[in-house]
Amino acid sequence: MASAADRLNITSQLEHLQSRHVGTGHPDATRHEWAVNIHRDSYASYVSHHPMAMYFAVANGESVGRMKYEFTQKMLLPCGLPPDLEEE
Amino acid sequence: MKEAAVERERDNTLRNIEKKQREEAERAADEARLAAARASEPAASSARPEKRKRRWDAKPDDSAARSGQAPAPARRPSEWETMESGTRAADVKPTPRRSRSRWDETPMIRAGGDPSATPAWTGGETPVIAAGGETPKITAGMATPSAAQIAAHAAMQSNVPLTPEQYQQMRFQREIEERNRPQTDEELDELLPSEGYKILEPPASYVPIRTPARKLMQTPMPYGSNAGFFSIPEEDRGQKFDVALVPEGLPEMKPEDVQYFAPLLKETDEEALTIEEQKERKIMRLLLRVKNGTPQQRKTSLRQITDRAKEFGAGPLFNQILPLLMSPTLEDQERHLLVKVIDRILYKLDDLVRPYVHKILVVIEPLLIDEDYYARVEGREIISNVAKAAGLATMIAAMRPDIDNVDEYVRNTTARAFAVVAQALGVQSLLPFLKAVCQSKKSWQARHTGIKIVQQIAILHGCAVLPHLKSLVDIIENGLGDENQKVRTITALSIAALAEAATPYGIESFDNVLKPLWKGIRAHRGKVLAAFLKAIGFIIPLMDAMYANYYTREVMVILIREFATADEEMKKITLKVVKQCVATDGVEPEYIRAEVMPEFFKHFWVRRMALDRRNYQQLVETTLEVSLKVGAAEIIGRIVEDLKDESEPYRRMVMETITKVIEELGTADVDTRMEELLIDGMLYAFQEQTSDENDIMLKGVGTIVNALGLRAKPYLPQICGTIKWRMNNKSADIREQAADLISAIAPVMRKCEEEQLLGHLGVVLYEYLGEEYPEVLGSILGALKAIVSVQGMTRMTPPIKDLLPRLTPILKNRHEKVQENTIDLIGRIADRGAEYVAAREWMRICFELLELLKAPKKAIRRATVNTFGYIAKAIGPQDVLATLLNNLKVQERQMRVCTTVAIAIVAETCAPFTVLPALMNEYRVPELNVQNGVLKSLAFLFEYIGEMGKDYIYAVTPLLEDALMDRDLVHRQTAAVTVKHLALGCAGLGCEDAVTHLINYTWPNVFEPSPHVINAVTEAIEAARVALGPHFVLAYTLQGLFHPARKVRDIYWKIYNTLYISSEDALVPAYPALDDDGPNTYRRVELDCFV
Repeated sequence: MASAADRLNITSQLEHLQSRHVGTGHPDATRHEWAVNIHRDSYASYVSHHPMAMYFAVANGESVGRMKYEFTQKMLLPCGLPPDLEEE
Repeated sequence: MKEAAVERERDNTLRNIEKKQREEAERAADEARLAAARASEPAASSARPEKRKRRWDAKPDDSAARSGQAPAPARRPSEWETMESGTRAADVKPTPRRSRSRWDETPMIRAGGDPSATPAWTGGETPVIAAGGETPKITAGMATPSAAQIAAHAAMQSNVPLTPEQYQQMRFQREIEERNRPQTDEELDELLPSEGYKILEPPASYVPIRTPARKLMQTPMPYGSNAGFFSIPEEDRGQKFDVALVPEGLPEMKPEDVQYFAPLLKETDEEALTIEEQKERKIMRLLLRVKNGTPQQRKTSLRQITDRAKEFGAGPLFNQILPLLMSPTLEDQERHLLVKVIDRILYKLDDLVRPYVHKILVVIEPLLIDEDYYARVEGREIISNVAKAAGLATMIAAMRPDIDNVDEYVRNTTARAFAVVAQALGVQSLLPFLKAVCQSKKSWQARHTGIKIVQQIAILHGCAVLPHLKSLVDIIENGLGDENQKVRTITALSIAALAEAATPYGIESFDNVLKPLWKGIRAHRGKVLAAFLKAIGFIIPLMDAMYANYYTREVMVILIREFATADEEMKKITLKVVKQCVATDGVEPEYIRAEVMPEFFKHFWVRRMALDRRNYQQLVETTLEVSLKVGAAEIIGRIVEDLKDESEPYRRMVMETITKVIEELGTADVDTRMEELLIDGMLYAFQEQTSDENDIMLKGVGTIVNALGLRAKPYLPQICGTIKWRMNNKSADIREQAADLISAIAPVMRKCEEEQLLGHLGVVLYEYLGEEYPEVLGSILGALKAIVSVQGMTRMTPPIKDLLPRLTPILKNRHEKVQENTIDLIGRIADRGAEYVAAREWMRICFELLELLKAPKKAIRRATVNTFGYIAKAIGPQDVLATLLNNLKVQERQMRVCTTVAIAIVAETCAPFTVLPALMNEYRVPELNVQNGVLKSLAFLFEYIGEMGKDYIYAVTPLLEDALMDRDLVHRQTAAVTVKHLALGCAGLGCEDAVTHLINYTWPNVFEPSPHVINAVTEAIEAARVALGPHFVLAYTLQGLFHPARKVRDIYWKIYNTLYISSEDALVPAYPALDDDGPNTYRRVELDCFV
C-alpha cells in the first residue's frame, strides 16, 4: 500500500509535533514520569483557573496568593525523587 | 595533411606486421596472440622504413596516384575511417574475393593481432590510454561532418573546452553516424551479384571535396590527442552486450571518465598494493559509484566515503575529487553529487582540511560566476563550508595572494569567494581585513578587489548588511577619489549595491559619500560617470523629501545632458536614475513637467529604443513612473500620435506604455479630443499588427475600452466591426485574438447598453463554433461565456436551447483550453438557465461530463463536479445519480474519486434524503470498488452537509458498522473517515450514543500498520474527542498506556499524546487516582479538599 517513505513521513511529522510539547509521553515512560506530569498539569490548572484556586484557599483557610504560590512550588518535585530505574 | 599521411602510413605498417604475425600465430592460443599483438606495438617504428611503398604512402587525396594503383573503384578517401567494422571483417577472413578492394588494407585502429578481438576493449587488457603511437591519431578529413561536429571541431581547434551538452551531442551524433555509415565495398560485394556488374573507375575529372568545413572531421575528434582523452575508436554495438567496460560491481563508465578512473579497469591484486594505493583505489571506486552509480550504490558509497573520511585523509580525497570537479565534461547532476561529497567530508574532516583550502578554492571559485544559478549556489555552499571548517585566518591566508593578482578573472572570483566567507563567518570579523585591503597603498588591484568584496557582500546579504552599513561605507569611501579610474568605478557601484540592499533605511550611513558623489558627476565622463549616477540613483530614494528634491535638481542637469548619449549602457542607467529620482516624494510635478519631460521625450521616445528589449522595458517603466507624477493626460497626449507610427515595435511600446498608464491612473483626465485620438490610434495599431507577443495589443485595447467605460459607446460599433472582420481572418492567431477581445470588452458593451451588438456578436460566435483550431475554439467559447454572463439567459442570442445542443459534441474535444471553457459555459447555463433545455439534453451532457472527470487539470474536474450538481438540481437527482453510481464501477481511480465527489455534491444540492437511499442501496453490490465508492461518497457527503448529518446518522450507522468490520482495509479506512466527518458534524447535537457506537467499532483499528488507515483512525478518534469530550477518549486510552506489549503501548501513547496536546487542561479532572508508592506520593491530595 503505502511506501516506506510515506510511513516514515506521516509518523515522523506526528512525533515531531509531540516531541515539542512537554508532558507528552512515550511507550517507555514510567509510572513516575507520568504521575509527575499529571501532578504538574493539575497544579498548573489550579493556578491558572482563579475560581479553583479560590476554592482551595477557602478549604485550606489560606489566602489565594499563598495557595497559588504553594502550588507553583509543589510543581518542582510533586511526587518526590524518581525511584531507581530498575524498579519500574 | 602531411602528418595525416605519416600517421596513416604507420598504421599500415603496423597492420602489415600484424598480418605476418597472424599467419605465424594461427595455431597459437588466444593469449599468445594477444601477447604477440602487444609485442608488435613497439616494433612499429623500427619496421617503418622498409615498408615505404604502400599505396597509402601517397597522399590519400592524390587522385591520379589513386586511380593508377587502386584496383577497386576509387572512392573518396575519406571513407576509410567510417568503415572500419566492415574492413575488419575482411581482414579477419581473407576470402579470395574477385576484386580485392584496397579497403582491405585500411589501417586498423590498433595493432591488435587477434582477428577475433573486438577493436576497442578486449577482455582484461587495459585499453591503453596513453598508447601514444598507436592511439588512433584520427586526423581531420573524411566524412561529411555534421554541423555539431564542425562546431565541436572549431571548439577543439581554438582549444575551447566543450560543454557537457556538446559531449552528449557528439556521443549521440557518433552513434547515429555509425548507423548511417556508407556501405563498404565488402557489403556491396555481398549484396550485389558478382556477375553482370562491373566496378567503374571514377571519372578522371573527379576531385574529392576539399573544403575544410565539409571535410571529414574525424568523428571522435574531440577525444583526440590534445583533449587528453582516450576514445573508443568506434562503437561496435555487438560487443557492448558481452564485454563489460568496467569490472563487476561498478557502474558504467563514460569515455570521458576513463582518464580519471583508468586504474579501476586494471585487474590488480589488491594484496600486492601498498596501503596508500589501496586507499586510493578504494576512494576511486567510491567516487565512481557516487558519480555514475544507481541511487542505491550512490547512497551507500556516499555514506562510506563520509564515515571513513578521516581514515582516508584530506589529501587523497581531494586529490581525486578536485580534478573530477574541474573536468570540462562534468554534467550538472554529477557536479551536484560531487559537491555533496565535498560537503559531507568537509563536515567530517573539519580543520584537517586546512592545507587544502587553496586547492579547493581554485577549483570551486569559478563556480561562483557560472552562468547556471545552481552551480553558483553550490559553489557558495562549498566555500561557506570550507570557511566554517578552516576558520577565517586560514581562509584569508589562502586567498590573500589572489587579491592583487594581475588577472581580473582571479580577482573577481576571489572577491565573490570573500563575500561568501563573510556570509559564513559574519561580516564583523572580516571588517578589519577589508579595511586594510581597501586602503592598500601597494597596488590598485588590491583596493579594487577589496571594494568589490564589499559590493558582493551587499548583493549577497541584502538587507542583512544594515548593521554593518556604516562601517562598510566608511571602508570604501576613499575609493571615490582614488587615482585609478577602475577603483572609482567599482566604488560607486559598491555604494549603489549597498544603498540598494539597505533600501529604504540607512541614509545616515551615506552622509560622507554624498559630497564626493555629487562632485564626481561633474568631474567624470563615460563609465565612471555611469557608475556614479547609478550610486546616486539608489541613494536618492533613501532621502527625506526635502533633501531628495535638492539632490535631484543637482543631478538632473547631468542626467539631461546624458539623455543625448549614444552609449547603450549609459542610456539604461540614465533611465533608471530618472525613474528613481522621479519616484521620490520631494520632486515636484511642475519641475518634471518643465525641466525633464521635453528633453526626455525628445531623446528617448524614438523608434530605436523599441528595438532593444532591455531599453524598451526600462523606458516603459520610467515613463510610467513619470506619469504617476505628472498625470496620465500629459503622457498620453505626448505619445498618442505615435500609435500610428510606421514602426511596429515602436507602436507596441507606445501601446504598452499607454496601457500601463491607464491601468494605474484611469482615463479621467483624458479629454474628448484625446479620446478620439486614442481610439483612432488604438484601432490603427490593433489592425496593423503583424504579431502580438505577450498580448500587448489585446491587453491594450481591452484596458483602454474598459477604462473609458460609458465613453466608449460611440466607438463600439467600429470596434465590433474590426473584431468581426478579424474573426474571418485566415490566420488562427488573429481569430483567437479577436475572440479574446470580445471576452475583454463584453462587460463594457453591456454597460453601454449595446445589447443588440452583443446579441449580434453572440450569433457570430455561434456560427464559428465549427472552428478547427482548438486554441481558437477555446477563445470563442470563452467569448460566448462572457456574453452569456453579461446578457443573462433570457436575452441571450442565440437562445440557450439552440446554443447548448451545439456544445454537447464539443465536450468530446480533448484540448485543455476547449475543455475548460466549455465546461465553464455549460456550468453557467446549467446554473442559471437549465430550464431552457430539455431534460434529455442534460442527460446526454451528463454522460459526456463523465469523460471530463479524467481531465488532468484540477480546475476542469472541479467545474465538472459542480456542473453535475447544477444539472441534478435542474432535472432532479434520480437520473444523474443513476449515471454516477454506474460510473463507480469503472477501473480508473481518478474517475471514481471524482464521481464520489460529484455524488456528494448532488446530495448536497438536492438534499441528502434524495440520494442516500439509492446510495446505500448501491452498497449491496458485492464489488470492492463500488462499496468503497459508496463509502467515499458518504464521507464527502457528511463533510459537505455538516450539521445536517445529525438527521442521517442513525440511518447510516448500520452500514458503517458493517464497513468498519469488513476484512478489506480500504473499507475500514474510508468508513473511519466517514465517522470522522459524521462525528464532527454532529458534535453537540445530541447524537452521542450513535457516535459512541461508531467509535467502538472504529477503535480496534488502532493496531493497523498501514499509515493511511492509522491516519484515518486517529482522525476519527480526534473527532470523537470533539463530539464526546476528551474524558471519553482518555478513558479508552488508559487501558493501554502501561500494557505489557510494546506494540500496544506504542499506539496508545501516540493517541494519548495527541489527546494531551489538544486538551491538556481539560484532562486534569479526568486523570485516574493513583496510589502512593513507597517514598513517592502519587495521590492528588488537593482533590480531597472540600468546603
